[in-house]
Amino acid sequence: MTVAAPPALDERIATPGILNRLVVRPEIGALIGAIVVFVFFSVITDQFLSASGAATWLDDASTLGIMAVAVALLMIGGEFDLSAGVMTASTALVTAIFATQLGWNVWLALLVSLVFALAVGGFNGWLVMKTGLPSFIVTLGTFLALQGLNLGVTKLVTGTVQVSGMRSTDGYSSAGSLFASTVDIGGTEFQVSILWWIAAAAVGAWVLLRTRFGNWIFAVGGSAVSSRAVGVPVMKTKILLFMTTAFAGWLVGSINILRFASVQANQGIGLEFQYIIAAVIGGCLLTGGFGSAVGAAIGALIFGMARQGIVFARWDSDWFMLFLGVMLLAAVLVNNAFRRKAERVRR
Amino acid sequence: MTLEETTQKTGNPLIEVNGVGKTYGSVIALRDVSTVVNAGEVTCVLGDNGAGKSTLIKILAGVHQHDTGEFKVEGEPVKFTSPREALDRGIATVYQDLAVVPLMSVWRNFFLGSEPRKRFGPFQVLDRKTGRETTKKALSDMGIDLRDVEQPVGTLSGGERQCVAIARAVHFGAKVLILDEPTAALGVKQAGVVLKYVAQAAARGLGVVLITHNPHHAYPVATRFLLLKRGVALGSYEKSEIDINELTRQMAGGVELEALEHELRAVETPS
Repeated sequence: MTVAAPPALDERIATPGILNRLVVRPEIGALIGAIVVFVFFSVITDQFLSASGAATWLDDASTLGIMAVAVALLMIGGEFDLSAGVMTASTALVTAIFATQLGWNVWLALLVSLVFALAVGGFNGWLVMKTGLPSFIVTLGTFLALQGLNLGVTKLVTGTVQVSGMRSTDGYSSAGSLFASTVDIGGTEFQVSILWWIAAAAVGAWVLLRTRFGNWIFAVGGSAVSSRAVGVPVMKTKILLFMTTAFAGWLVGSINILRFASVQANQGIGLEFQYIIAAVIGGCLLTGGFGSAVGAAIGALIFGMARQGIVFARWDSDWFMLFLGVMLLAAVLVNNAFRRKAERVRR
Repeated sequence: MTLEETTQKTGNPLIEVNGVGKTYGSVIALRDVSTVVNAGEVTCVLGDNGAGKSTLIKILAGVHQHDTGEFKVEGEPVKFTSPREALDRGIATVYQDLAVVPLMSVWRNFFLGSEPRKRFGPFQVLDRKTGRETTKKALSDMGIDLRDVEQPVGTLSGGERQCVAIARAVHFGAKVLILDEPTAALGVKQAGVVLKYVAQAAARGLGVVLITHNPHHAYPVATRFLLLKRGVALGSYEKSEIDINELTRQMAGGVELEALEHELRAVETPS
């Protein structure tokens, strides 16, 4: 029975089925999930597919998506940042305090909060790399510290737990046009944050797949020791990733403060897990070395569609959590299967 | 000891270590070890677990620094502070388990740390086409015929992975190739394939340091043997000075010999 084998075929080349090829793409699971959620809510509610409905769920997904892309890059690099959620509030507070209390121009205040964010991100990365401790515990520390700082400083400066009054500051309208304006498409106002989200996903994907730095991100997350052995600057790469997450936190914080003109000191707490969930739904492995920026952006889209779809369907919003839990478990199981496929060792 | 003779014969050897030692806290991991690595030769470091083999190569590779003694590269005393520095001096190391990143594709692994780039407007982007084609060519030059350089390295066999790592070091102009237990996790046939590439690398004029605890793997390819035991050098021999039985006996040391020979027979028997 072995004699009749067709001679032209190399026994090692199995015809790569379309399924096998798709399976290698980390974002494919999220894409299928997004289509299912989209079709589901389009069918059962009227508003979901309307232009104003789409503007609502896209807006909901946008700021989450910006963060999810940055968090995905960090997770592919093998680290977590639990301070990412509270960072969006910290940067907004810094901007607001400098602009409203000290009377600085908004652009200058934004610059100060950007420097602050990059410093905290750099510190996170430096501490993780210097101590070799899990980033989970290190950034849990910075998360708690920032949370305390947000409330403490805000109370000291304003006597309340919020900073407001951004509208009367210098440069509010010009900065607002960049971070918090709306774009009119066919009579419906779409938030400009949606464009930032798309830009973040595009830049994230481009850096990951087309640049040397992207190669290093996969490498340090896949195996930091191997990467170091072939000369990849592991410390620099990871610190830059933490700074990227902090930068995204600054971007989202700036979008929020310029849009709502005020900020609560306890804002952002708990959001860090949503970012991680969106990234995981988008195909990121918790162990690092595998994932996709576009996938994370799609993960955020699923979030936004489900959260607003449930509102449109007039269901109790508690159902959202059930949906989220099921979605996360499904994503982790799928990702795990993919990883085994890619990592399996033949001897 | 023929160390001095070898040195005089060839001028400056690629690598020369003289009486190096290393302590981790109160633990003496390596004491007073000397050897030499010349172009086109294979220096074999033999020893059982905990003999100090890993410490020695980590010093050569720039992962650790030696505390005592002298480490010269092409006649110049050095003390590397990072693997990158060792790489820049042409010393490439292929580690047993961590030669590659399993989830990354073959060509991305091949170029990791030395990625080919091209201009794209104001940016430097990965030159993926060159990357893929060069990888394919470099691998086939060494006789490794891969199906698809886009597949994750994790899907390759252990021997293929070692070969990718060796081909990478050769391609990037390494003068010295340090191989940490390249055959340890492999089957007999796979180990033979890897040893073939080791010999090929030496034939191309590289200096090779081969670390192993298997004298049967070491003997066919080696030019020189350095035997380590409990952190000290047990002996240093040219191939002409020692035969495989003596090598095995020296490694095992008297009473343990019989047990070891038995063990080796088991290893050599294809399963």
